[in-house]
Amino acid sequence: MTSDSHALHSDTHDHGHDDHGGAAHGSLKSYLIGFGLSVILTAIPFWLVMTGAIADKAVTALIVLVLAAVQIVVHMIYFLHMNTRSENGWTMMAMIFTVIMVVIALTGSLWVMHHLNINMMPMHDMSQMP
Amino acid sequence: MNPDLVKMIFGRLNLEALPLHEPILVGTFAVVATGGLALFAIVTYFRLWTYLWREWFTTVDHKRIGIMYMILGIVMLLRGFADALMMRLQQAIAFNGSDGYLPAHHYDQVFTAHGVIMIFFVAMPLVTGLMNYVVPLQIGARDVSFPFLNNFSFWMTVGGAVLVMMSLFVGEFARTGWLAYPPLSNIGYSPDVGVDYYIWGLQVAGVGTTLSGINLVCTIVKLRAPGMTMMKMPVFTWTSLCTNVLIVASFPVLTAVLALLSLDRYVGTNFFTNDFGGNPMMYVNLIWIWGHPEVYILVLPAFGIFSEVTATFSGKRLFGYTSMVYATVVITILSYLVWLHHFFTMGSGASVNSFFGITTMIISIPTGAKMFNWLFTMYRGRIRFELPMMWTVAFMLTFVIGGMTGVLLAVPPADFVLHNSLFLIAHFHNVIIGGVLFGLFAGINYWFPKAFGFRLDPFWGKLSFWFWVSGFYFAFMPLYVLGLMGVTRRLRVFDDPSLQIWFVIAAFGAFLILLGIGAMLMQFAVSILRREQLKDTTGDPWNARTLEWATSSPPPDYNFAFTPVVYDNDAWWDMKRRGYKRPLGGFKPIHMPSNTGTGIILAGFATVMGFALIWYIWWLAAVSFVALLAVAIGHTFNYHRDFHIPADEVVRTEDARTRVLAAGAQT
Repeated sequence: MTSDSHALHSDTHDHGHDDHGGAAHGSLKSYLIGFGLSVILTAIPFWLVMTGAIADKAVTALIVLVLAAVQIVVHMIYFLHMNTRSENGWTMMAMIFTVIMVVIALTGSLWVMHHLNINMMPMHDMSQMP
Repeated sequence: MNPDLVKMIFGRLNLEALPLHEPILVGTFAVVATGGLALFAIVTYFRLWTYLWREWFTTVDHKRIGIMYMILGIVMLLRGFADALMMRLQQAIAFNGSDGYLPAHHYDQVFTAHGVIMIFFVAMPLVTGLMNYVVPLQIGARDVSFPFLNNFSFWMTVGGAVLVMMSLFVGEFARTGWLAYPPLSNIGYSPDVGVDYYIWGLQVAGVGTTLSGINLVCTIVKLRAPGMTMMKMPVFTWTSLCTNVLIVASFPVLTAVLALLSLDRYVGTNFFTNDFGGNPMMYVNLIWIWGHPEVYILVLPAFGIFSEVTATFSGKRLFGYTSMVYATVVITILSYLVWLHHFFTMGSGASVNSFFGITTMIISIPTGAKMFNWLFTMYRGRIRFELPMMWTVAFMLTFVIGGMTGVLLAVPPADFVLHNSLFLIAHFHNVIIGGVLFGLFAGINYWFPKAFGFRLDPFWGKLSFWFWVSGFYFAFMPLYVLGLMGVTRRLRVFDDPSLQIWFVIAAFGAFLILLGIGAMLMQFAVSILRREQLKDTTGDPWNARTLEWATSSPPPDYNFAFTPVVYDNDAWWDMKRRGYKRPLGGFKPIHMPSNTGTGIILAGFATVMGFALIWYIWWLAAVSFVALLAVAIGHTFNYHRDFHIPADEVVRTEDARTRVLAAGAQT
């Protein structure tokens, strides 16, 4: 919250008081847990790709994507302090809305583009490209 | 001079960029330059620069920023409409071997500029301006959540408009249509600066739009008066909330897709090229993920305006408030599920097309529910046909026609016949003019007395109304006919002489709209001259229902001396019914944000950077970018951000209002 927004709260608010709307500040411990989890979740994909531990590249890509998604959740919980209570549930509501929008845009685009590629680009073969 | 050096200093900017060979543009430039110089001279003569800078350009007051947005929108409306008139004239005469008067190169720029300007720099500023002005007043707040950001957002929008206007006289604008589909907009087919003007104009303005969206969402969520729960919010505030949520969710997509296009154009990536793995269809897909919510961004606030106007001028509580709110929320979500209906014909096949066809048709259900709510609000109401109500009735008739042709277009097989035809053009003008623009005019007439303390002149307003409405029907009904006959959009010359009569009728309609715009400008001028006769001292000239009418007109800087407490939706109506007494004493100092010039300076640097990137003037782009960062960081060390309006000044302001109200009560 900037001081700009403070100016508009009713005058009962003390100036300079930092209002976080009920969100937790987090402790050193929670930040360290978040940091540790992030490092692990980043290191595993690197290890998978660098060593080629799994022969099937599609499986590797899938695992990397899943770990990335898990890391997003870790960031939101440990660094953005998201929970169901902060800001009277508005944070969670915004979160759900965002997820719905992203899912619609991603799955919709994949679905649409898949059909367009099949129907409209019969010669779409990269190995033939110069 | 060394050509390399010249190139380094000026990029690809040279004297040939000035369109001296185009007499139309030279003439336009002469008129614009004369008008601009006259304005400059007047402002200088009356020594208004300091006043404008201190009180307006640097203001963080949501009311003044709202008014500046409206002025921007109306000025750009004149430009966008001039483009429309030129197209109508060209199409009306380009028959029987005549080439018309616009060369292809110019005509293509005109239709692109018309679309871009009307959506981004007319409809958006007018909608944002009204939301900015009205929403904080309706929820009983002192200002928006982030007043400085609000000023910055406005100036970024102006920066985008300046870039687009600049393309008229320095270089040229895009010749690609208003969404700049690749491969046509890629560097291979559009090597000139047109598409770059398009990209940077929209990117600069887009920053403003996104930030203003965040600002207003935050305002509505956090700054409502005590007692105003979500389901006690005025409907206009509800639709504004949904619109701004849509802005925050969809404008980043536009920013991203334009960034990818600029990478293709500037550094040779292949996101949207035809080979090397690129796919231009992805651009179409992505831009419509933004583009479809965009039309709801425009029309939802208009729906809100109609709800306020219908309830006020029927003297009744809005029928079906809850269903109105849910219809708005459902439209918000559904608007993300229909984007493919803009490219049914691109080849996605039966399953995809039927899904998006059906979701599109479903949207007409909540919209229809709204329509019935307005009708039932009017039913057995004591309707006063003042100007806002007239625009509302015109909207209801016109929008239903536009909505029905929309459902027609939502049927994929029908769309294969009508796609890209003038039927489509008639449809979206029918909903945007009949919905958004009529709504904005209703809103302007409705809230003008709140903003300035006097009403708009009804005679010129009614003249404008009839010219606009009849002009609309004359201009766009022929396009439905032509579209059904198979005439496609964006054509410059025609072979079939039997079509000419329809284009002549459409041009006549455009001329009527010109008279409508003229009458509207007259309405403003006459109202300012007759402001004493049209004066409203009560602050509530329409016997209205929502909180913005509880304060004086124009409202004081702090909006409300005491934050009102809300017990009912239609809070002001409830207060009047319960015999509300204005507090006359006990005023306290009011904590307010200070004005700052940082917003206009930042936006100025952003505009210069856009210009430099368009013309490949790399050093200037780098310098202005560094300056932008420096000023932004410097602003974080500005600790003089707020001040208190002293209590005795509040007392003076409120006492003056008490005297005015008492004088008004005696007469």
